[in-house]
Amino acid sequence: MKLLVPVRRENRIVLGVAFFIVFVALWSFLSLSGAVPRHFLATPWQTLVSGWDLFATQGFTHDVGMTIWRVVGGFVLAAVIAVPLGIAMGVYKPIEAFFEPFVSFARYLPASAFIPLLILWVGIGEAQKLTVIFIGCFFQLTLMITMIVSGTRRDLVEAAYTLGCSDTGVIRRVVLPGAAPEIAEALRQVLGLGWTYIIVAELIGASSGIGHMITDSQALMATDHIIAGIVVIGLVGLLSDLAFKRVNQHLFSWSLLR
Amino acid sequence: MSRLSIRDVSKTFPGHRRNAPPTQALLPIGLEVGDNDFITVLGPSGCGKSTLLRLVAGLETPTTGEITLDGTKIVGAGADRGVVFQSYTLFPWLNVRQNICFGLREKGMKLSEQREISDRFIAQVGLRGFEEHFPKQLSGGMQQRVAIARALANDPKILLLDEPFGALDNQTRVLMQELLLGIWEQAQKTVMFITHDIDEAIFMASRVVVFSARPGRIKAEIEVGFPHPRHYTIKTSPEFMALKARLTEEIRVEAIAAAH
Ligand SMILES: Nc1ncnc2c1ncn2[C@@H]1O[C@H](COP(=O)(O)OP(=O)(O)OP(=O)(O)O)[C@@H](O)[C@H]1O
Ligand SMILES: [Mg+2]
Repeated sequence: MKLLVPVRRENRIVLGVAFFIVFVALWSFLSLSGAVPRHFLATPWQTLVSGWDLFATQGFTHDVGMTIWRVVGGFVLAAVIAVPLGIAMGVYKPIEAFFEPFVSFARYLPASAFIPLLILWVGIGEAQKLTVIFIGCFFQLTLMITMIVSGTRRDLVEAAYTLGCSDTGVIRRVVLPGAAPEIAEALRQVLGLGWTYIIVAELIGASSGIGHMITDSQALMATDHIIAGIVVIGLVGLLSDLAFKRVNQHLFSWSLLR
Repeated sequence: MSRLSIRDVSKTFPGHRRNAPPTQALLPIGLEVGDNDFITVLGPSGCGKSTLLRLVAGLETPTTGEITLDGTKIVGAGADRGVVFQSYTLFPWLNVRQNICFGLREKGMKLSEQREISDRFIAQVGLRGFEEHFPKQLSGGMQQRVAIARALANDPKILLLDEPFGALDNQTRVLMQELLLGIWEQAQKTVMFITHDIDEAIFMASRVVVFSARPGRIKAEIEVGFPHPRHYTIKTSPEFMALKARLTEEIRVEAIAAAH
């Protein structure tokens, strides 16, 4: 193994799949050998069967759809405000000085702690779910984008000024294109963060969604359903992540040049 | 007509931390650069050469004095002063052609015109066939050639170059000097070229400005009378050697001062 040398594409896929196999093997061992009682940990096969059953007979597709729409909805709302705000904070330091302390403070507030309050304020409907995701994503994203934009290469900004750019020209033609790959990467990471909040939001006061299914299953001790739900979340997350990565690589191929 | 006039310009940088003493980078200096002049600024490391160039470029403001170009006081950077920096500053997300057209696009020039101008400068700096390459796919020397083309394409009144070939090996450096000199002989532009290489300073200049060690001030101004077009073989001529010996002595004193 050489330091920092990328692996070939085929090898990367083989290695990545290999760990999944190791993981499932370990899981099978723990559940099949009886090391962990069946009613606490379903076997992989059992999980697969009940996962199928969830989709085929219990309308789980609707739950998954609802969850995805909540995550994406809250995330898009957060991004639509956080991206321009973060850029403004990054380039205009007085704006940063104005917002940054509050945003840094708000970032540490756990979004899930707002759920009881939000239920009081906006009820248990969709607004509450979207708001939880929004709070969970917005502050984090704003700070990340501010930092990315602040890191714009000064020498490139100066070069642009000497080529006749105005301030808006510099933002449009140097700051934005330079920061775009990292902003896209930040969006990808924060979308992942959104997924971790949504289930908590759905555990309380929801009538649909993956989190709702999990709470229901807990009451019935249906660990196979719970695990199937968790696996589905993982898969959807993985897929959205891959899609995001693909789009980023396609849009910003220049940033991959070494 | 482009006449650069530097009058009593000095620069002091404030201390970085509280109580840290300020750094005087430049003592008040005066310098006149005439139309189509090619001056080289020679001095030991840290003597304020880059600072002077950044003042002229409008990227720093002088602590005292003023700089005028064609009688207009310089405030801030502008397209009338093209700069080639000491470090590589091509925009990594733009290819060679787009980099060269950066300033033209800012002016709102028609695409066909942009293409024509960029074609001409790409040919002039010998980068035909590399139009679609990104900066990371180019060697250091090629990147600096693009940077020169990018500055020239904008048709500035004066071209400011800050040790543009400093990071290149000796052979490449010499080729680049000839290239730049060739362009200057054709285009007739006012050029201010910063270097700490004595050969380079003499070979290209119509006048060498020698700086003292920090805090920088102008120690000597030496006319270089070799006729144009110049061929690299003049570097071995007795006149060149004599000039070199003289400048070496001037610089040596300063380098020793700088090291102490
Ligand atoms: N932004 C700054 N803040 C504080 N001090 C600075 C700043 N820029 C330059 N200096 C100081 O000014 C002095 C001159 O710096 P300058 O970069 O002009 O030197 P130089 O002649 O270009 O050197 P070199 O040949 O190594 O590039 C140095 O002592 C440096 O420490
Ligand atoms: Mg310098």
